[in-house]
Amino acid sequence: MEALVASAIGILTAAGVYLSLRGRTFPVVLGLTFVSYAVNLFIFVAGGIRLDAPPIVGLAPSMTDPLPQALVLTAIVIGFGMSAYLVVLAIRLRAADGHDHVDREPDPDEDVAAP
Amino acid sequence: MNHWIAAPFLLPALTACVLVFVRTVPAQRAISLLSALTLAAIAGGLCLGHGNAPARVYAMGNWPSHLGIVFVLDGLAALMLVLTGVVAVAALLYASRGWDTRSRHFHALFHVQLMGLNGAFLTGDLFNLFVCFELMLIASYALLSHGDGSARLRAGLHYVTVNLVGSAVFLIAVSLLYRVGGTLNMADLGAALANAPEADRPWIRAGGLMLLCVFLLKGAAFPLHLWQPAAYGSASAPAAMIFSVLTKVGAYAVFRVSSVVFGATAAAPHIDAVVQPLALLTLVVAALGAFSAKTLSRLVAWLALASSASVLVGVGTFSAAGAGAAFFYALPSTLALAALFLLADAIADARGAPWGDRLQRAPRMHGATALGLWYFAAAIAVSGLPPFAAFLGKALLMQGIGPSPWGWGIILGTSLLNVVALARAGSRLFWSIADVPCPGEPAAARFERLGGLALLGAGVVALTVAAGSVQEFTREAARQVAMPSGYVASVLGNRLKGWTIRIEVPEGGADR
Repeated sequence: MEALVASAIGILTAAGVYLSLRGRTFPVVLGLTFVSYAVNLFIFVAGGIRLDAPPIVGLAPSMTDPLPQALVLTAIVIGFGMSAYLVVLAIRLRAADGHDHVDREPDPDEDVAAP
Repeated sequence: MNHWIAAPFLLPALTACVLVFVRTVPAQRAISLLSALTLAAIAGGLCLGHGNAPARVYAMGNWPSHLGIVFVLDGLAALMLVLTGVVAVAALLYASRGWDTRSRHFHALFHVQLMGLNGAFLTGDLFNLFVCFELMLIASYALLSHGDGSARLRAGLHYVTVNLVGSAVFLIAVSLLYRVGGTLNMADLGAALANAPEADRPWIRAGGLMLLCVFLLKGAAFPLHLWQPAAYGSASAPAAMIFSVLTKVGAYAVFRVSSVVFGATAAAPHIDAVVQPLALLTLVVAALGAFSAKTLSRLVAWLALASSASVLVGVGTFSAAGAGAAFFYALPSTLALAALFLLADAIADARGAPWGDRLQRAPRMHGATALGLWYFAAAIAVSGLPPFAAFLGKALLMQGIGPSPWGWGIILGTSLLNVVALARAGSRLFWSIADVPCPGEPAAARFERLGGLALLGAGVVALTVAAGSVQEFTREAARQVAMPSGYVASVLGNRLKGWTIRIEVPEGGADR
């Protein structure tokens, strides 16, 4: 179980890092989403992996730590909002510039022709 | 329990909610300014009323501190609240001259930003610190893109991407520390980490260094500073003004977390060894950047980098003298930076398109004398020349870090470079004049258009006059943070007596 969860987190992170280093906004957005999935899983298992253990006292012989589950909920909500904002920003940028490269821009601070 | 401690967090939250539903601009301005003034007054009251008394704890919902979330007020937090309040009022005054009409929710977003900032200063809980950082960031993302323009959007995209990765690292670090310590309350966690078994030390070290990376990213320290000049240089003026407080949060968090959470543990990652050299390197990079800037706003953005790096240099000593000097320096330097961001925008208006605030030959701007004098004063104040308080701050900072040839050499050398860069920019802007009529706005330099500038100026002068007592205050406040036994005792005193949480572990699992 540990190996499965650990490798899932690892693969998600690797994919996320690779994609977020790409040069166009769409892969970057996808990459950041993968990274946030990986992080959410990581938080989820921070309380330890326990099978058949509800996060409630007294329902079963053993219980799992409820706090990471509350934290992961917060992290998911925040991550979702951030990704939504990033998507909108990427679309606006695509509309403004006519391309979706992350970094290809004319220098806005270049001198203008002297009078 | 003193309920005023929660007010700097709750008031902007309420104001932001109300502002979303207010349609007309004059009403928005009135509510927003009134709320910011109240906020500054509450912050001032908390700072004067609390002074450097032992930290006071506010437990949300009156939950004991290891179960609920606590806000902790101590001298340093109160001081940062005051700084935020003053800069916020100045920025809103300036925004009310026209910037806020460019998007409907400017004021609401601004108050969300204030909520995040104040929360980050007050919180005593590591996960809550993350939430406050996110609040601060989501508002700053939107404020950065405020006013549109492709350059602004692109700077926004880079800023958001970098900070999202930073947040991911933050969460990983927090979960690692939770795994070891079993709590997220900073004071509690500090005690738990100090008693952690030997086998857990690598995890503590990893978590600590990851947290440090995140805070240095927010504080824009070399080599994690690359997002900062473009973001601050292309933000709208009111947003840039409040952003000048934002990077100070990084330095504040480094100081607070490293002393409260990692101060007592032998596994403490070697934070003190890393921070100062990186901050000194950042100073060098910022000075070179300031020299290469082609517009005034970009130049000020690089100076903002230098300012937060100077604070980090002092914080890097983790001593009362060094950090006290750093936070003393942070006050006038942040005010002067905000004033310069404001001036850069006013100068761009006064010169008109296509020249804006580009550092090149242009027609003589409207109101050149008034703007020139303000620029001169702000440039002196920000670069740490006498007579203003930032000069004393830099002198104290050098005293605080002790006689180190590298430290003194870099601080003095980069200050000189910054002065030269500012002088060069001033002579280009005000003296390199083409003989054609100016397309700018004639009213741009009028005093009422520069609302907020007078407040920032008064702040710098007041800090200069009261430098002695303010400096004693910051020194004592920094001493309390550097030796957090009082802070920890206040927070832990709020626990339920004899209450522990035990989680049953199944047979021989990998768990503790």
